[in-house]
Amino acid sequence: MTDRRPLRRIVIAGASAAGLSAAETLRREGFEGALTLIGREPHLPYDRPPLSKQVLTGTWPAERTALRRPEDIDALDLELRLGTAAAALSPAARTVTLADGTETGYDALIVATGVRPRRLPWCGTPGVHVLRDLPDALALRQRLTAGRRLVVVGAGFLGSEVAAAARTLDVAVTLVEPAPTPLAHLVGPDAGAFLTRLHRDNGVDLRLGTEVTGIVTAGGRATGVRLADGTLLPADDVLVAIGSEPNTAWLRDSGLRLFDGVLCDEYSAAAPDVYAAGDVARWHNPLFGTDMRVEHRTNAAEQGMAAARNLLHPERAAPFAPVPYFWSDQHGTRIQAYGCLRGHDEAQVVEGDPADGRFLVAYRTGPALTGALAVGMPPKALRRWRAAIAARTQWRSPADSLVA
Amino acid sequence: MRVEADQPKCVASGQCVLAAPDVFDQDDDGIVVVLDDHPEESTHDDVREAAAICPAAAIRLADK
Repeated sequence: MTDRRPLRRIVIAGASAAGLSAAETLRREGFEGALTLIGREPHLPYDRPPLSKQVLTGTWPAERTALRRPEDIDALDLELRLGTAAAALSPAARTVTLADGTETGYDALIVATGVRPRRLPWCGTPGVHVLRDLPDALALRQRLTAGRRLVVVGAGFLGSEVAAAARTLDVAVTLVEPAPTPLAHLVGPDAGAFLTRLHRDNGVDLRLGTEVTGIVTAGGRATGVRLADGTLLPADDVLVAIGSEPNTAWLRDSGLRLFDGVLCDEYSAAAPDVYAAGDVARWHNPLFGTDMRVEHRTNAAEQGMAAARNLLHPERAAPFAPVPYFWSDQHGTRIQAYGCLRGHDEAQVVEGDPADGRFLVAYRTGPALTGALAVGMPPKALRRWRAAIAARTQWRSPADSLVA
Repeated sequence: MRVEADQPKCVASGQCVLAAPDVFDQDDDGIVVVLDDHPEESTHDDVREAAAICPAAAIRLADK
């Protein structure tokens, strides 16, 4: 890094939470050069978590999702390139080509192009929705009126939140999930059983352990889905919520290492003067000793910040070693978790009781405490567990002795 | 510096408390509570970090 070229222009590809956070951090840390923010969508940066919650229920107008006021964006003195996606990268020439054919040079680049919904072959059929962007949410919202029938494919975070939002609008909701409970691989059996009950108590027709094999159409529009056992579920609308894929197609010929995301080191660096942040970045988290890619809202802001700092100050670069955090709102219940729950070896209820709707689950991966999930618990209870995860606490039984 | 919190927007993540524990707290439902709306200069970097990291964009800072 000794012969580093001067930083005259930094380009950020991706104008959502991670890209915005990176831009703000660069300015806050004193970068006064040209700063280009490229966004696929025409909107100023907006927030996605409300799309499956307040926007869908109609309690928030779309404008309330704006992440910053226009004057705050102005104050960043950005060269905004909105409504045109980054289409190609040449690290050798240090240029990003945009979808409109124009090219912009850079001295350093932050990749924050996020993810897109995973699709099924029939996703283009009228009546079949995905939900990622604001127009997706507005289109679905328009369809969710009392008495309509919605089939949601996939009971992950998104599918579960949409099912819950639709129930508040008196939509008849069927939620289909191949696993034995919602979020089974993530939260474990006790929390999974709680989520199952939560959906059913709120009138969701939850079909577990079965898959959607295709759709039924009439006049070119989806009228239902077919399950693996032959059952036909009639529907006015279908939402496919089966996960996401990183937006890395534009980097195919860039020479960056791509493997379910942009591969980065522990500093969020993907190549000399190229960093990645947010949903699209797979980086080495030294706290857990593993590569991870995190699609949670708080990680986007934290990693955008970390990547920007490491880019500006490589001489005092700090490893990005967060305890990931997520929350989800379903049927008026808030679920919160810290750490890495996915792939855990053991899950134990350590406080409260799922039967009362107030409980905390601790997760072990290998020899260590790696995660904690809380429902209906006061925030201080969960914060102690976060601290224990951050301290790489070794697991011992009973697990409730792990925190003070 | 003046600190304002938009409580209806708050998602109770508690990230602000981790970033600036002298200025922010959470109530029993996890919703943000501003402990000091004119915090000392020594906390300003932490408060800016808290505002930047809030996943609900619920913290707003003004000059005075």
